[in-house]
Amino acid sequence: MTKLTLGPIAYHWSAETRRDFYARIADEAPLDEVYLGEVICSKRAPFHEPDLPDTIARLERGGKKVVLSSLAEVMLKRERKATEDLVALESHEVEINNAAGLLARGKCPHRIGPFMNAYNEAAITWMAGRGARHICLPTELPVQSIRIAAQVARELGLGVEVQVFGRASLAVSARCYHARAHGRTKDNCQFVCELDMDGMPLGTVDGKPILRVNGIQTQSESYVCLLAETGQLAADGVSHLRLMPQAIDMVAVAQAFRAVLDGAMPAEEAGASLRDLCGTAPFSNGFYHGTAGHEFVAEVR
Amino acid sequence: MSPGELICPAGTPAALRTAVDAGADAVYCGFQNATNARNFPGLNFTPDELASAVAYAHSKAAKVLLALNTYPPAGKVDLWRSAADTGARLGVDAFIVADMGVADYIARTYPDMRLHLSVQAAASSPEAIRYYCENFGVKRVVLPRILTIPEIRAIRKEIPCEIETFIFGNHGLMVEGRCSLTNYLTGQSTNMDGVCSPASDVEFIRHGDGTMSSRLAGFSIDCFGCGEKAGYPTICKGRYTAPHRSDPYYAFEEPVSLNLARLLPELIDAGVHAFKIEGRQRSKSYVRSVVSAFRTAVDDIRAGRPANITDLVALTEGQKQTQGAFASKKWR
Repeated sequence: MTKLTLGPIAYHWSAETRRDFYARIADEAPLDEVYLGEVICSKRAPFHEPDLPDTIARLERGGKKVVLSSLAEVMLKRERKATEDLVALESHEVEINNAAGLLARGKCPHRIGPFMNAYNEAAITWMAGRGARHICLPTELPVQSIRIAAQVARELGLGVEVQVFGRASLAVSARCYHARAHGRTKDNCQFVCELDMDGMPLGTVDGKPILRVNGIQTQSESYVCLLAETGQLAADGVSHLRLMPQAIDMVAVAQAFRAVLDGAMPAEEAGASLRDLCGTAPFSNGFYHGTAGHEFVAEVR
Repeated sequence: MSPGELICPAGTPAALRTAVDAGADAVYCGFQNATNARNFPGLNFTPDELASAVAYAHSKAAKVLLALNTYPPAGKVDLWRSAADTGARLGVDAFIVADMGVADYIARTYPDMRLHLSVQAAASSPEAIRYYCENFGVKRVVLPRILTIPEIRAIRKEIPCEIETFIFGNHGLMVEGRCSLTNYLTGQSTNMDGVCSPASDVEFIRHGDGTMSSRLAGFSIDCFGCGEKAGYPTICKGRYTAPHRSDPYYAFEEPVSLNLARLLPELIDAGVHAFKIEGRQRSKSYVRSVVSAFRTAVDDIRAGRPANITDLVALTEGQKQTQGAFASKKWR
């Protein structure tokens, strides 16, 4: 049975917003697993870490398995310490997003996050031999490679995950582009990223929306949407489908994907309701279909 | 004291000979396919060309480092393995790798071959670097261009391998090996295809009012006034609009190039073993002037003589330059 997961919140949502968000997710969303933890900016973690134990308990009461995700960029002392502390956890599964975490985790079981670049069967085989039990594939991997990677991973007994909804992570940097946009630097950012719950839109000089800025991360303007592709993904051996939290009704998004996975609703119908939920954000599935990532390819039947 | 090795770009056999003649301690190059991160038309080596290049470099006591630093997508791993087999057969001195599967293959198949960890692996902490050293026997790490010199000095004390840093050329500001911007706009991937803002997708459009737009795959990356020189449309060096800003601005970075000439003494003192000059896409004359200028400067500094830094600074004439992340945390 294909599992539906919710990825970690990429944005700097306030503690109160997060509490409300996860309370609804816990009670109402048809999700199997939820990833928690700050992946993008270590400066944000102190704002929401105090709530983590309560959030975990709440989600678990709601029948969700909780996995903790580590930082994608590890450079400073506090980032090295945060990574070391996280991977030392025995109470929960951890998803590692930086090789620094791999060193500390050793051969203890762990998940490989989307920032770890598990692009191929050789890398996946290597990671499995070092304790990986589950792999989230890179967002830009096309279907032909997903198929081969998933088959090898399943033969090794690993879970395989693909992002099927939400903005794609396109780049990370040491520089904070949110701070830069407001004439500040990362050390003096005053948490200006809090203003943009769905990322700060960047347009081209001729006014076409193109990218989103989220602190040190650059994201796609479009929401990746692989709703019509869920059946193929499951048939190809992908065991987990990941929804990335956006500032929209994520319970309804999860319900749409669940309905399609369960065969309770045709993808076209669920797609139409998903379209209504997502406002003006364009949908894309180009990475999956091996074309420009921003494109939306209608499924060939 | 750091030997201050100069690692120089060789996009073509002619550039390789030029770099070696100008004093390179080592040159880095790749094959004409997706196995390296500069898979640009007209660049790189056939196996025969690489064989001659290795012979020429070795005759002048220079080393040849083969870049196999992209990430094979599942189903295409054999291309990378075969490139490694060819490189080993032709006697290159080290492989520059990023993917764990590629590193594992080389470490198992050619245990005596030197492995360098590419900047594409994005190892920016002692722990990440040690992971690659302990598991694959990596002998040198090429550090991401995101660290300050005090941070590099601190890392040096905690790792068992040599450090190589970029000192001159393109100023990449996204964490390398984690950037899909080009694939998002063009359908060609930096990680899987070795392509960044490909020339085949570039257009320059002259408008009626004399302004000029630069485009990548149909997206405007910048617009230039009549008096401005139009730059190449690299996504992370473009101008964009944001809701709270009245005019388009360089959202990521201005079109500047990296020049750490003034920081050379400090970098040597920090224990940086080797300095990388970027620019496999550059001309022979560029390679000659940059390599010979840095050769003289490094030799002067190591001999305790004052180096003529002014000449190095002048190399980027006409182009704005930066010390990027290296000089101060304020860059971030």
